Amino acid sequence: MSGPIKKGYVRPLDLKHGRVDLGHGGGGRAMAQLIDEMFAAAFANEYLAPGDDGAVLPAPGAGERMVLATDAHVVSPLFFPGGDIGCLSVHGTVNDVAVMGARPLYLAAAFVLEEGFPLADLARIVRSMAAAARDAGVPVVTGDTKVVEQGKGDGVFITTTGVGALARGRDISGRGARPGDVVLVSGTLGDHGMAILSQREALGFETEIVSDTAALHRLVDDLLLAVPDVHVLRDPTRGGLATTLNEIAVQSGVGITLDEATIPIDAQVEAACEFLGLDPLYVANEGKLVAVVPGDRAAAALAALQAHPLGRRAAAIGEVSEDPNCFVQIRTAFGGRRMVDWLSGDQLPRIC
Amino acid sequence: MKYVDEFRDGALARKLAAAIRAEVAPDRRYAFMEFCGGHTHAISRYGVTDLLPPNVRMIHGPGCPVCVLPIGRIDMAIRLASESGATIVTYGDCLRVPASGGLSLLKAKARGADIRMVYSAADALALAQKLPSRQVVFFAIGFETTTPPTALVIRQAQALGLDNFSVLCNHVLTPSAIMSILESPDVRELGTVPLDGFIGPAHVSTVIGSRPYDFFAEEYRKPVVIAGFEPLDVMQAVRMLVRQVNQGRAEVENEFTRAVTADGNRKAQALVAEVFELRRSFEWRGLGRVPYSALKIRRSFADFDAETRFGIDYLAVADNKACECGAILRGVKKPADCRIFGTVCTPENPIGSCMVSSEGACAAHYNFGRFRDVPVVAA
Ligand code: SF4
Repeated sequence: MSGPIKKGYVRPLDLKHGRVDLGHGGGGRAMAQLIDEMFAAAFANEYLAPGDDGAVLPAPGAGERMVLATDAHVVSPLFFPGGDIGCLSVHGTVNDVAVMGARPLYLAAAFVLEEGFPLADLARIVRSMAAAARDAGVPVVTGDTKVVEQGKGDGVFITTTGVGALARGRDISGRGARPGDVVLVSGTLGDHGMAILSQREALGFETEIVSDTAALHRLVDDLLLAVPDVHVLRDPTRGGLATTLNEIAVQSGVGITLDEATIPIDAQVEAACEFLGLDPLYVANEGKLVAVVPGDRAAAALAALQAHPLGRRAAAIGEVSEDPNCFVQIRTAFGGRRMVDWLSGDQLPRIC
Repeated sequence: MKYVDEFRDGALARKLAAAIRAEVAPDRRYAFMEFCGGHTHAISRYGVTDLLPPNVRMIHGPGCPVCVLPIGRIDMAIRLASESGATIVTYGDCLRVPASGGLSLLKAKARGADIRMVYSAADALALAQKLPSRQVVFFAIGFETTTPPTALVIRQAQALGLDNFSVLCNHVLTPSAIMSILESPDVRELGTVPLDGFIGPAHVSTVIGSRPYDFFAEEYRKPVVIAGFEPLDVMQAVRMLVRQVNQGRAEVENEFTRAVTADGNRKAQALVAEVFELRRSFEWRGLGRVPYSALKIRRSFADFDAETRFGIDYLAVADNKACECGAILRGVKKPADCRIFGTVCTPENPIGSCMVSSEGACAAHYNFGRFRDVPVVAA
């Protein structure tokens, strides 16, 4: 981040009525002030404090490897039941690091702001982001800010990059699923996507669906403590469970068969999906874990997930089999069988 | 959700499946056509065929509005947008239907044509009011269910005196399509399509009622059971059809009594009759030219008929040679019989119309059923 400014030299940011203007991205005093009073204040930590363009960080422990993940967030609306783009941008990247089996350490954040965006909303977002980072114990240690002209953005876009440390010998990857493994999910599916969609005014239905946005690294910790030989971990965000499982099937060269009756879905989410003609298996999650574990470790893994508050509704939903076609199939609750294919055609609107 | 779950109950489904198994004669084969894409979708989505005995075969019918749209009609819309500079509005499903020259409405849009998606005919009319300086053309498709809303907006446009709104009408009629299948040589003479009965449309029948099917039962000796779109509805209809066949009956029965009456919706029928009249002939993808099988806008509403307003003509265009949509829509072939199914033709790159809508036979088989085409190693 840019250099400090002399306190009292300018009037403080007007967080009540102020708006982002092009000057906030110009690299001058206005930008320095925005960074200082908005971002540095919210994210305050020892690595950020020097105010340089990068952060100097201690190396992870001996024998550990680094994990790096990045995620751009363009959700609309910016505020939704259960969260906002701020906490979402922290959770999303923390989770990307965590599902590699790594310990998330630091975050970097880049903001693209649209001219005219109210500073009050920006402050709300930044504070929510700071709170999420604090709760997760993963500080935002460096960042960047750009301002685009009105009409060229959608309020705020946030890109976060996360660094994590991977313990010696740990190998969790989408390539790890083996025939005989069991597929677990940590809770109800489709909550985030439907929380967002229910806010889109054109849809005209009211629900109390709340986004599941959450940082999953502690849930992952508990799971790995109980079952160190987890084969695959993923967070099924955009494209939902169906997309994640198809990716795993192809990466691992296996087939996956689900049991529809065992898949946890909130009744309201199911009703909203029915109404809109959507399949909850394709709807995004922001606080759910998919774990593929050896068959004989499934019970222990399920118990570990269910013992954590974020995994209370965890369930075993299917198994991995040999299949050179890498198909994902489902035994329907109705008693038949069908494929759960890659999503084709229409992509849902921006939800993460 | 309770209401819906009742119609998808697995335990009930197993009971019904057992009842059907007990009723079918083991030494004969049953072939039923589900006319509607909505039924095709439900059958694939819930895996209904897995619950039916092996000697009961379901044949997909032509009741998918997008699937029966011939290339030439899409070409007309593209011409209107690119040559006459009109704004074309239509349902999302139409956008990807393949047209001439490797185009589709979606691809024409990417090349600068003003083509927009709407959820309803009313949205199309609203758009015309919002864009007074643009000629807005609603590309209307569908069977009897979507016809009344189109009739309504045409009437409203006339009442409002809107001079920038018109409709390119592609509305088609269910009974004519069924008739065309029953009259086709495949069914009548060659016997390539053994057809023992029909599952009649759900939503269409709420509008036209069950009476129009009486003719098929009487004249062609084919039982018809009108059924809802839930998987249990389909199973129940199959059971009723099996029973009719076993007892040598050919009647129109109504499984969908919770929504369908003998007369249908008289008000909707009157509205449609006020605005539309029969077209002498209309080309269907797969069925060819079918006499009196579609609707056109009446003279008294000619100002709102895009074909009149822009003076455009229909030019028939042959389907891609490899595409078997025609045979599939007539029930002669199955999606997997097409040489390019799943290789050249996929939902991302549809060659034929059956691969476009989720109600299309090829798309349904690709998305939900293609694992059946390959030997699957047991789980
Ligand atoms: S797979 Fe494609 S090309 Fe073949 S019949 Fe179906 S839609 Fe036509």
